[in-house]
Amino acid sequence: MHSSLWLSALLFVPLVGAIVAQLVRRSDGRAYLVAVACATVELALSAVVAVLYNPGVAGAQGFDFAYRLVLSAPLGLAYDVAVDGISLWLVVLTALTALIALLAARDRRNEASYVTWQLVLMGVTMGCFVTHDLLAFFIFFELILIPCYFMMTQWGGEGRQAAAMKFFLYTFTGSAFMLIALIFLAITHQHQVGGPLTFAYGALAQTALSSSTATWIFIGMAVAFAVKAPLWPLHTWSPSTYAEAPAATGIILAALLSKLGSYGLLRFCVGLLPSALPTMRPILLTLAVVSILYGSLVACTAKDLRRFIAYSSLAQMGFVTLGVMSGSRIGTEGAVLLMLNHGIITIGVFVLVGYLERRQLSGRVAALRGLQKPMPVLAGLFTLFMLATMGLPGLNGFVSEYLILIGTFGTHAWWALAATLGVVGSAVYWLWVYQRAFHGPVAPENATLTDVTTAERLALLPIAALVIVLGVLPQTVLHRIDPAVSILSTHVAPSGVSK
Amino acid sequence: MAHAAFLIALLPLLGAVLILLNGRTMSDKATGTLATAAVTGSFAATVWAFVLYLNHEVTSTVHLFTWFSVGGLNVPAAFQVDALSLTMCLFITGISALIHLYSMGYMAGDTDYRKFFLYLNLFVFSMLLLVLANNLVVTFVGWEGVGVCSYWLVSYYFDRESAASAGKKAFLYNRVGDLGLLAAMFLLYTHLHTLTYTTIFASLSQLSGTTATLIVLSLLLAAAGKSAQIPLFNWLPDAMEGPTPVSALIHAATMVTAGVFLLVRMSPVLALSSDGRSVIAIVGALTAFVTATIATSQKDIKKVLAFSTVSQIGYMVLAVGVGAYGAAIFLMVAHAFFKALLFLGSGSVIHALNGEQDLRKMGGLRKYLPLTFPTFLIGWLAISGVPPFAGFWAKGAILTSLYAHNKVLYALALLTAVLTAYYMTRLFVLTFRGEERFADVMDGAAPHESPLVMTAPLVILGVLAAVGGALDLPWLHAHTLETFLAPTFGAVPAVAAQSSGLQITLAGVDVIAALIGLGAGVVLWRQRSSAPSLEPSFLENVWYWDEGYDRVIGRPLTGLAAISGSVVEETIIDGGVRGVVTGVQRLSREVRKVQTGFVRHYALAMVLGLAFIVLYLVARVG
Repeated sequence: MHSSLWLSALLFVPLVGAIVAQLVRRSDGRAYLVAVACATVELALSAVVAVLYNPGVAGAQGFDFAYRLVLSAPLGLAYDVAVDGISLWLVVLTALTALIALLAARDRRNEASYVTWQLVLMGVTMGCFVTHDLLAFFIFFELILIPCYFMMTQWGGEGRQAAAMKFFLYTFTGSAFMLIALIFLAITHQHQVGGPLTFAYGALAQTALSSSTATWIFIGMAVAFAVKAPLWPLHTWSPSTYAEAPAATGIILAALLSKLGSYGLLRFCVGLLPSALPTMRPILLTLAVVSILYGSLVACTAKDLRRFIAYSSLAQMGFVTLGVMSGSRIGTEGAVLLMLNHGIITIGVFVLVGYLERRQLSGRVAALRGLQKPMPVLAGLFTLFMLATMGLPGLNGFVSEYLILIGTFGTHAWWALAATLGVVGSAVYWLWVYQRAFHGPVAPENATLTDVTTAERLALLPIAALVIVLGVLPQTVLHRIDPAVSILSTHVAPSGVSK
Repeated sequence: MAHAAFLIALLPLLGAVLILLNGRTMSDKATGTLATAAVTGSFAATVWAFVLYLNHEVTSTVHLFTWFSVGGLNVPAAFQVDALSLTMCLFITGISALIHLYSMGYMAGDTDYRKFFLYLNLFVFSMLLLVLANNLVVTFVGWEGVGVCSYWLVSYYFDRESAASAGKKAFLYNRVGDLGLLAAMFLLYTHLHTLTYTTIFASLSQLSGTTATLIVLSLLLAAAGKSAQIPLFNWLPDAMEGPTPVSALIHAATMVTAGVFLLVRMSPVLALSSDGRSVIAIVGALTAFVTATIATSQKDIKKVLAFSTVSQIGYMVLAVGVGAYGAAIFLMVAHAFFKALLFLGSGSVIHALNGEQDLRKMGGLRKYLPLTFPTFLIGWLAISGVPPFAGFWAKGAILTSLYAHNKVLYALALLTAVLTAYYMTRLFVLTFRGEERFADVMDGAAPHESPLVMTAPLVILGVLAAVGGALDLPWLHAHTLETFLAPTFGAVPAVAAQSSGLQITLAGVDVIAALIGLGAGVVLWRQRSSAPSLEPSFLENVWYWDEGYDRVIGRPLTGLAAISGSVVEETIIDGGVRGVVTGVQRLSREVRKVQTGFVRHYALAMVLGLAFIVLYLVARVG
């Protein structure tokens, strides 16, 4: 067991950083430096945690760095941190996303406030992934809304108010269901075992639930997670939110916050409520397949690149949900890996769209043409991320998608086959958008655009490198995911299926 | 052996990486030389590995590292070096090296010269990975790799809309085929828990007949995508939008042979399903015939060659379907020789005519192209099946085993052979004989022969196409190509041995078929350059195959996408959400007059609600 101080540091460095950024708010430049420093420290800390992580701590069910301090016994409120192979990579992704968003999508309007919100957002998102307690998770999950809302409404695009409202209502409604579900679960648990109210993950996992009770709790939580992921048909907040959010917020929303949905679904719905799975599994698998195919279709009609990313993400997160619900160890590990990979790739794509917008190009697909001529390097980077999303072997997207499909095929063959059509789908919409934006004759007014600058290139270099390295050497990540998922899947495998 | 096999694949990758990293500082000439040297080195490594292999003739596995290993699914990055993979590597690297050399001349002065060689090296690397892999997943890496390289190279002139679309089409058709390879892997893994070739073949007894048939059909879909067979053949003719050396590479060495290779590699599984093999044979025969008819009516020199490739691959697939794996590989190698020759030769012709590809504007080029003409002549005779050139032997081997297997397929294949000789003669005559029709494209200047870097590969390929038939003679350790490769094949259905008299008669029939086609071609096309009655629009328009797909698949899907994007997305789902929101707003307006619609009030409500729940809990517990 490693010291929980690492996780506490991960949690508090950004929050302290936010305070410091406010203290130096007279100088935007200094506030920005504080934020970059915090994010760098955060990334280093998360790397240390990833390296140190020991999946074999006795009796810890794959968790490490664990620490629990009850803050209020009557309320069941506790400070409770721990990571396992599932949350570990999302912790890394959180730090990575925050840093790249700061570096590659710098926004100088009222910068001290903007980076403060970014640090707060990084801190509370980190909180979601390092906490081991349902109430604490819920609180962090809700707190995310506040920085997102202010970043949207104060730095967003033309239609920001309407988009922020939609985003808020969707998320808030989902959360209401989740709150009811988790209180119900905790009270049921308390009735069964007595003692003080607790929301501790390990304790609640022991709750004996009838299949119908478990199903209701499952639905309550799944609604909140399906909104975040997003999952069809609860996705319609994402195109407008992605389109109107400022660049850095868009990156964080698309690359990182969507993972809260799939992570919650795996950790809390699948992990805590296995007796609901026989009922819920076919429903969610179907919604996942619909998300994949529907997202692929509608992506081809997207009018701007950010909405395009929203639909592409809908399809990609459909694959994640498929793996999460597959009841297959291989499929679930693929899903956890895809959460990380999709995050990395989405950072890349979203940053590139931001680069285009910096050059006064609107993201409107119809307005772009032949950009490969003036911007070959940008086009090359876009191609890299495109191919990674499409699941080209050798790049990071492939292994995760492949594991999901081959794992799901073993447990739910028809859903897997239908989802495999998404492999063609992703090629259709990506090649379509690439041809529209980068191929063809270049418009005269765009012929003199400057290609990505050295600074812009450097900001994306780690992302591009990860896309390749994790494609060739995914085992480094997988062998840390494997123990946690195998613990999880021993009690959630569908009857009669061993893999 | 490990070092040699490692180098085979590594060198082209290294070439690509060096060009990518140093592209801006290297001169064009250095880039071209580096790329060509990388592939030539790979060829040398293959020869080295081949010699080592001949010493022992033992299949060896070269384990590089564990790619991924999860819950019983263990996928190493590893190579399998055996007769089949080495034979493939030999002609892939050899011909690719010649094409690289040729490209140094052909692409000279191109603005994206370095990018071209980067893609070319990656293309060869992918193909080598595909054939060297010891498991299906690593094969899939190469499989997808050649797909994406073809996308880049076909849409190389990307500011031309048609080239961009052709590249996209190539990739998408390949992706549809990929579904087949994915499905085959899913089925194999679910039933056998392994994707490594040798382990699969060792545990085949656990496969039921139905599962085996499903796997074989999935593999056929995969092969149809990559090797351009019905129903996925029509991307290949469009793929000639790329520069001509790319066409040569795709058609001869690095892409379309992949599907046939996959089927041969998986032949032990094919052995379990006679139904599956029958479907393969029928698909191959139909493709060979249909595309041969199309080739008779094309006006673009490269299009004729493109459809001819599809047709020749159809022969190979047909051969696989009847279990004549050795003959399939034999034709694959021979075809690589003469098709690379023909494509590079046509490139030389196009080069000489300032980029003109229309057969109607050629003619009489014989005296202007003293090296292209005789080498092209050899290619023409070789593909037509005239002895003693390579095509005669290779195609003869297929026709002979077909005759023993199925007379209907034999008849169709023989008819296709007549058509092949006919359309190639038409192409040859229209290009090199008859009157000169190129005055307006040349502005009066005389066509010129290509430089040495371009003609030297032609001469080498010409020699290979002439004598390639000797490959199947007992050369090495008393092996013919067939017996050399045989250990890698699955069980072949037994066919009664044919008497040598019958074999000679069948060979005679082959020659007569070739001569009929040749004669018809000369008689009909010596005096004219176009003849609508001989080039019906049905054939010229590829049996309206593209239009059919567009109508049956393209337009309905486009419509569905449009409806999903507008009606479903905006009216139904979003409309529903808006309806709920409006409803809630109205309700709250009734309840509380302070309703403003500002989110901070919702946030306030959230905090109050949370406080209420907390109080409730305190009250309960306390």
